Amino acid sequence: MNPNRILFLILVTWYSFAQPKDVASLNYEQLKPLLFQESERVQVINFWATWCAPCIKELPYFEKLNQRDDVEVLLVSLDFPKHKQKRLLPFIEKHKLKSKVVHLDDADENFWINQISIKWSGALPATLIYNNNRRGFYEQSFTKEELFAEVNSYF
Amino acid sequence: MKIIFLTLNFLFLSIPNNSVPGDGYQIGDVATDFSLPNVDGKMVSLSDFADAKGFIVIFTCNTCPYSVAYEDRIIALDNKYSEEGYPVIAINPNDPAAIDGDELSDMKVRAEEKGFTFPYIQDVGQQIYPQYGATKTPHVFVLQKDGTDNIVRYIGAIDDSSRNPIKVKKRYVEQAVDALLAGESPTTTKTKAIGCSIKTL
Repeated sequence: MNPNRILFLILVTWYSFAQPKDVASLNYEQLKPLLFQESERVQVINFWATWCAPCIKELPYFEKLNQRDDVEVLLVSLDFPKHKQKRLLPFIEKHKLKSKVVHLDDADENFWINQISIKWSGALPATLIYNNNRRGFYEQSFTKEELFAEVNSYF
Repeated sequence: MKIIFLTLNFLFLSIPNNSVPGDGYQIGDVATDFSLPNVDGKMVSLSDFADAKGFIVIFTCNTCPYSVAYEDRIIALDNKYSEEGYPVIAINPNDPAAIDGDELSDMKVRAEEKGFTFPYIQDVGQQIYPQYGATKTPHVFVLQKDGTDNIVRYIGAIDDSSRNPIKVKKRYVEQAVDALLAGESPTTTKTKAIGCSIKTL
């Protein structure tokens, strides 16, 4: 076997192991059902991106929240489509994110920002919290204490 | 005109309205002027532009990928509209103490790298962006001159595809300025797009 072929096989093997689980890229219509689930658990939807420093700072709090049985966390990435493979997937792998992550790839922001919340100006980070009785939208960063207190207020 | 405005203000005082104070400008409000330092070391005010018919004021910065993605489109706007009387005025609202890369010296480097054809000024002390109600970068306010006043005629996004310039279908700012140049009112006056929160301590 020539050395090039061996190198190729090593690379293919490494690549298949190094690849994190894929993250679905959704348009708004595909994301929408996840924003309107009937559930006993409180749903926490965080809009973030790998380049957004205040988003990264609060991600561990959402991860912590996701460990609770009465809460379900969804991290909606707004990374650029061209950065999904290069930045988003490696970031998820590196930080071993356990919460469900989806990638929102839908150009018509003027439509879906208002659909998600009329209160949202479009700034990141932003968080939607809801259950069967109540919906709240938060265009802000959270401390861990603030986030847990806000989620607890839904019970 | 002044009297009409005063009368309207008086009327609004007596009508409960749903907007929260501090929400920033609505369409039709008079936008404040300012005197802020530009990357060339000079101070810039709207009143310096005697020949302008209005302005494309864009709150933007060095450090937000959405702002960077729009840089070429902002330059194109200035190229298209400054001679028509609607120059771009770019204002960086971020407190440089809260984020690396948004000092005036950093702004100067970026303006030179990209060949900005318009003022790129710093909102020193973060006094101006809250009055406009900017919440993110980039965030556009199209103003139309009325005597010495500058009236807010459009608030929002540059176009409908921030992350992919090839997929742009609606050029909101161009539509607004074209309408004003034609002596009409913009049909779309408020839009939204994703952006970076404004960085303050």
